[in-house]
Amino acid sequence: MEATKLRRVDFVFRPDNTSIDVLRKTLKRDADDIILELIDSGLKGRGGAGFLTGLKWKLAKEAAGDIKYVICNADEGEPGTFKDREILDRVPRRVLTGMAICAHTIGAKEGFIYLRAEYKFLAHKLKAVMAEMNEEFKKLGLDFSVSLRYGSGAYVCGEETALIDSMEGRRGEPRNKPPFPVTAGYLNKPTVVNNVETFVNCCIIANIGADEYKKFGTDNSRGFKLFSVSGDCSKEGVFELELGMTLADFVEEFGDGDTKAVQVGGASGFCVPRKKFKDTIIGFEGIPTGGSMKIFNSTRSMYNVLHNYLEFFEEESCGQCTPCRVGCQQLIKGIEAVKRKEKPAGYLDELVKLAKVMKVASKCGLGQSVGNAFVSIVENFREEIVY
Amino acid sequence: MEKMINLTINNLPVTVEEGTTILQAARQLNIRIPTLCNHEDLCVAGNCRVCVVEQVGMRTLQASCATPVRENMQILTNSMQVRQARKTIIELLLSEHNADCTKCYKNGKCELQDLANEYRTGNQVYIDLVPLKHYTIDQSSPSILKDDSKCIRCQRCVRTCAELQAVSALSAAYKGSEMKISSFYERPMHEVVCTNCGQCINRCPTGALIEKNYIDEVWDAIYNPTKHVVVQTAPAVRVALGEELGFEPGARVTGKLVAALRRLGFDSVLDTDFTADLTIMEEGTELLTRLKKVLVDGDKNTALPMFTSCSPGWIKFIEHTFPELLPNLSTCKSPQQMFGALAKTWYAQKKGINPKDMVSVSIMPCTAKKFEATRPEMRDSGYQDVDYVLTTRELAIMIKQAGIEFMKLEDEDYDSFMGESTGAAVIFGATGGVMEAALRTAYEIVTGREVPFTNLNITPVRGMEGVREATIKVENVKPEWSFLEGAEVKVAVAHGLANAKQLMTAIRDGKAQYHFVEIMACPGGCLGGGGQPIPTSPAIRQKRAEAIYAEDEGLPIRKSHENPEIVQIYREFLSEPLGHRSHELLHTHYKPRKRY
Repeated sequence: MEATKLRRVDFVFRPDNTSIDVLRKTLKRDADDIILELIDSGLKGRGGAGFLTGLKWKLAKEAAGDIKYVICNADEGEPGTFKDREILDRVPRRVLTGMAICAHTIGAKEGFIYLRAEYKFLAHKLKAVMAEMNEEFKKLGLDFSVSLRYGSGAYVCGEETALIDSMEGRRGEPRNKPPFPVTAGYLNKPTVVNNVETFVNCCIIANIGADEYKKFGTDNSRGFKLFSVSGDCSKEGVFELELGMTLADFVEEFGDGDTKAVQVGGASGFCVPRKKFKDTIIGFEGIPTGGSMKIFNSTRSMYNVLHNYLEFFEEESCGQCTPCRVGCQQLIKGIEAVKRKEKPAGYLDELVKLAKVMKVASKCGLGQSVGNAFVSIVENFREEIVY
Repeated sequence: MEKMINLTINNLPVTVEEGTTILQAARQLNIRIPTLCNHEDLCVAGNCRVCVVEQVGMRTLQASCATPVRENMQILTNSMQVRQARKTIIELLLSEHNADCTKCYKNGKCELQDLANEYRTGNQVYIDLVPLKHYTIDQSSPSILKDDSKCIRCQRCVRTCAELQAVSALSAAYKGSEMKISSFYERPMHEVVCTNCGQCINRCPTGALIEKNYIDEVWDAIYNPTKHVVVQTAPAVRVALGEELGFEPGARVTGKLVAALRRLGFDSVLDTDFTADLTIMEEGTELLTRLKKVLVDGDKNTALPMFTSCSPGWIKFIEHTFPELLPNLSTCKSPQQMFGALAKTWYAQKKGINPKDMVSVSIMPCTAKKFEATRPEMRDSGYQDVDYVLTTRELAIMIKQAGIEFMKLEDEDYDSFMGESTGAAVIFGATGGVMEAALRTAYEIVTGREVPFTNLNITPVRGMEGVREATIKVENVKPEWSFLEGAEVKVAVAHGLANAKQLMTAIRDGKAQYHFVEIMACPGGCLGGGGQPIPTSPAIRQKRAEAIYAEDEGLPIRKSHENPEIVQIYREFLSEPLGHRSHELLHTHYKPRKRY
């Protein structure tokens, strides 16, 4: 697979004076046509899991039932990710337009933005834009309105079924799947849950067309993506880049010249050491990311990095399933014990085995991805964990 | 006809209905997949992950309890990956579990212990997390002990409390490593809406929720030569005790139960059935009196429908949840408490025993009875009317401790008096039984004839439907009941507090009209009580119910008012139902409680 060259693009944050026109033109189109174009574009969910967005909409459209819902997942909780906040602050109309296109496509009349509790400061402005856009929808003859719901601070509620549970007023815990939300989601009705950035991409594709969109990225990772860059970097913030570059190129552009490792995809992602930068493509053929890129230089202790992630997971696991709840505790207590020489270095191998069990046996994506950071850090920086 | 699905499990083909889970399909092939959080009575949780299996072609393992079959699925239940994952999961559970098995009340009856045995998890790989958690045991309730250090967070109790009982005294709180099963704001169990029904205990796979046991206290009383220890046994005990002692579900062990109690050393072995019959006399009369007050006197202060009051879980539930309906509750004490009040009065007098030297023990299918016995309302004899309440399970432990070979015991009869029983009393143990017994007597009082049902079996009020209704037309009544001529008496029966809540809501909102309503807190009635043998399931409860009705049909007397000891107690002591002494000893009132 050929990597692309690092290229900065400007689609998402371009001044937004076209959304209503895009919507007007798209509402005239047939739902199946929109879905075909979306599938053709190759857009995958921008929250991190990477499910084909067009397929998700197709399943929701085909699901039986008159009442359907569109939910925008703005529970941006992955450590090191802050691009959705930027989107909601700067171009909220694009998000709402994407949601409206989805509503038109699947036949939904109600939509929600599930906003991370810590982002309440955005609510005032968002509500005003929502009121304005709801009016616009009416004017365009689209029977659809969007309202706001708040999270309560749990990371796991970014998982779509936990998010739905939370919206229904229950404790946010991931559900058993199947059924998936596209057939039985909010209030057991067919529901599309997409990330903020995904809806913006839908809006952009409706505007420029799949052919134009496909010119960006690689076969498996079409388009462009927002990256939240933080850590030991030469420039930090949100950057929009074409997908498919190598990590080496990325570090060249954003590193501080002393980069030891990059955590791609946040706490639930993978830690890549310097020696693998060249061979690592950022995208679905290599390491996908929901946007979080944390750069560590040689002053950082990878033990501390790992410990910090495990502390996070130990607290943010919903606690319902055994591998995740107990596994997280064992991983953190385990590396502490190795560090204190209470357990031999070989105990790390037991913990890697445990992490691999968590990956296949946990109920949801949270528990399944704890092992990513753990295994990649322990395997690449074993010495730092032990000594 | 349902759509059929073909799949293979461990390379064996199987065809099952669409919607079947992998777990159920495997059972059809006689392949057992271990489970912990799964329970037949409850919704699927899929959270313990012990039942994970490999689906060929999938990246992750699937929880077999929660995953429906799909066409051409290939499932492996015992692959290397599955075994390793399952063993790891059991080891993780053990690392978070206070595995002091030999000291545990559930030793030998613990599903986690069974799994640990099966997988030979000898060497604990992982770090023991228990000392890091600072657990405390909640001993505040007189019925239920809650020991979080034994909890594996399977949430069976949470689902039981919410789905079956609509109480939600227990729920999941906090998250991650702090996640625990908690009461409202972690208040002690005796302060919250818990009804002490013990259904959570029946479904807890470990020793995290157990009954507060009084085995040693009862042994002490038996060994104390200055004490006269009387014991009463509830109807539902005799159709379930056998399960703890080698019999299949549904075995009737009444005679062996009596023989065992005598061998344990109780001074008199008596029967709660006697006061069940007495309850029918009092409650039936109370119902007729209420009907008269409303229909003839136009009394606005008399509440209808009247609710039964035998189930102490139900009593606490109505106190918390529907206090506005408390006037509808029969003033009758439960049979246990009627027995307690009479044991230390009438019985003591007749036997010439000083009631202060008596110890009154009851064997109950119920944990809420333990709480009921401690209520301040229950001291009308001048003493605590019932001193110790043992569950069916505790009695089984005592029988084993005493080295009694239960299966080989010859049947024996209850002592007299307060030992005579009728079929009407026995069916108190099944949902609908109190209603049926009351109708058998009340109908006959009013009309002078037996109820118009074949063989006295009032089948419309029987069964396991959550809420059942029936209408009985009363015709050709005796002259003194002329106001009931042609009346259609409407009755309803509910079991399990979720069903009770549904029925109460309809009554409160004026959407359902009845004259008489029977509520039992537990699914299936007392036979499914929180003190009954574990495990429980719809099939097991059905077997116990069949045994109850067989016991009823096998008894020579099947109507409460024909119990000769009932006739005797009214002649010698109580004079008449709702008389002065009855009011003093057999009736009480309950008060509203807070809702948290």
